[in-house]
Amino acid sequence: MKAIKHIAVALAFASAAALAQSATELRIGVEAEYPPFESKSASGQLQGFDIDVGNAICSKIKVKCVWVENSFDGLIPALKARKFDAIHSAMNITEERGRTIAFSDPIYSVPMQLVARKGSPITPTVAALKGKHVGVLQGSTMETYAKARWAGSGVDVASYADQEQVYADLQAGRLDASLQESQQAIAGFLSRPAGKDFGFAGPAVEDAKIIGPGIGIGLRKNDEALRKQINQAIAQLKADGTLEGIARKYFQVPVISKTAP
Amino acid sequence: MIDILNEYWKAYLFSDGTRWSGLVVTLWLLAISVAIGFVMAIPLAVARVSSNKWVSRPVWLYTYVFRGTPLYVQLLLIYTGIYSLSFVRSTSLLDAFFRDGMHCAILAFALNTCAYTTEIFAGAIRATAHGEVEAARAYGMSKFTQFRRIILPSALRRALPGYSNEVILMLHCTSVAFTATVPDLLKVARDVNSATYQSFEAFGLAALLYLTVSFALVWAFRQAERRWLAFQRPLGK
Repeated sequence: MKAIKHIAVALAFASAAALAQSATELRIGVEAEYPPFESKSASGQLQGFDIDVGNAICSKIKVKCVWVENSFDGLIPALKARKFDAIHSAMNITEERGRTIAFSDPIYSVPMQLVARKGSPITPTVAALKGKHVGVLQGSTMETYAKARWAGSGVDVASYADQEQVYADLQAGRLDASLQESQQAIAGFLSRPAGKDFGFAGPAVEDAKIIGPGIGIGLRKNDEALRKQINQAIAQLKADGTLEGIARKYFQVPVISKTAP
Repeated sequence: MIDILNEYWKAYLFSDGTRWSGLVVTLWLLAISVAIGFVMAIPLAVARVSSNKWVSRPVWLYTYVFRGTPLYVQLLLIYTGIYSLSFVRSTSLLDAFFRDGMHCAILAFALNTCAYTTEIFAGAIRATAHGEVEAARAYGMSKFTQFRRIILPSALRRALPGYSNEVILMLHCTSVAFTATVPDLLKVARDVNSATYQSFEAFGLAALLYLTVSFALVWAFRQAERRWLAFQRPLGK
């Protein structure tokens, strides 16, 4: 009995060691309900921008990508519990998350822009927005940004439970503008009949502290070697234009982060 | 847990930094909608028990519709549905009212709780002892005086236990207010959840606060019952 126990323990250690050293596959956690970044095709295959980018990175560092689906708010706990080794699920690099996990260099960032009725004089400045009603999605970076930068200066920032409602109220005239990711605005509103009288109002908003440097791959803090490998791969894929090519498949707005900090 | 409390206690209780939020909004929604519902329910309950079909049927229809559809749907209809009608937006008074999510939430909640309260009060009025009404009539009281002096004071007292349930259910119903962009207690909990990913603590705090308010309501109604339902208490207590 004791012998069996010893063997079992030995085996467990051996397999753990094997996992740690022979990284022939990279298990990546993803929440597949967020097109065009990640979603499932009709046949159940994962597809989307993050999936293509992840696969490109895997082939650069010569490992096999194994995608593991997980709910978004469970991604960080699962990463720490070693259910997978990396997160690539349109996750913004933020200070708050940075306290728990490490991030690769930013790969891309999705610009956020105001949408308003065509011909409206609105721009993303406090002066232009004073007294106006701006809609944002609850719990989003846009909400944090609008509250921190605008709400204190006489701009009415209304949070909504879902983005469709924001567009509905924008159309109904309850809102003067809405702040969301530019790509979301094109796909979800501006390209549809309902959004034909609306357009982007002013340039994308920028804020290093709230919006952060962009979206990157989340990793455990002690996996420094893997982080270096992935950063190298990202830099190469940016330099040879692979990422730009993939991005053009999915987005009508430029997304790839220019420089590695 | 401590970090959530440190960072968000204000948002949970009264303010997110720029406007009212959390518990204060929830309590305000509850107080105003229950108050409006109560005041409107008394005449409606009297109409509901009227023997005149032209008076009682419309009230029956109103309570049937509002008790037969989910509050969530009613709120969506009032907030999104009504404001999408162009004549509402072009009438300045209606536009000013329906533009604000808070107004829409209060209207929906008040109409909803009023429907339930009407039925509770109407039931109590129907259960008034025949003898009491006959005695009032024998004194030569008019219909109005009968209601004012005899039927309503007794019916409202007997409706207290049922009514306290309705108020507590209404407290729980206010958690759909965020559908109309009103930053109530649950909205703050959702914010904290999406900011910290500490779901148990985020929603647990909200649950604790709801529980505290429920306890306070139960206590208050118990006091009210001791005072106004004393005649129904067993002897020697």
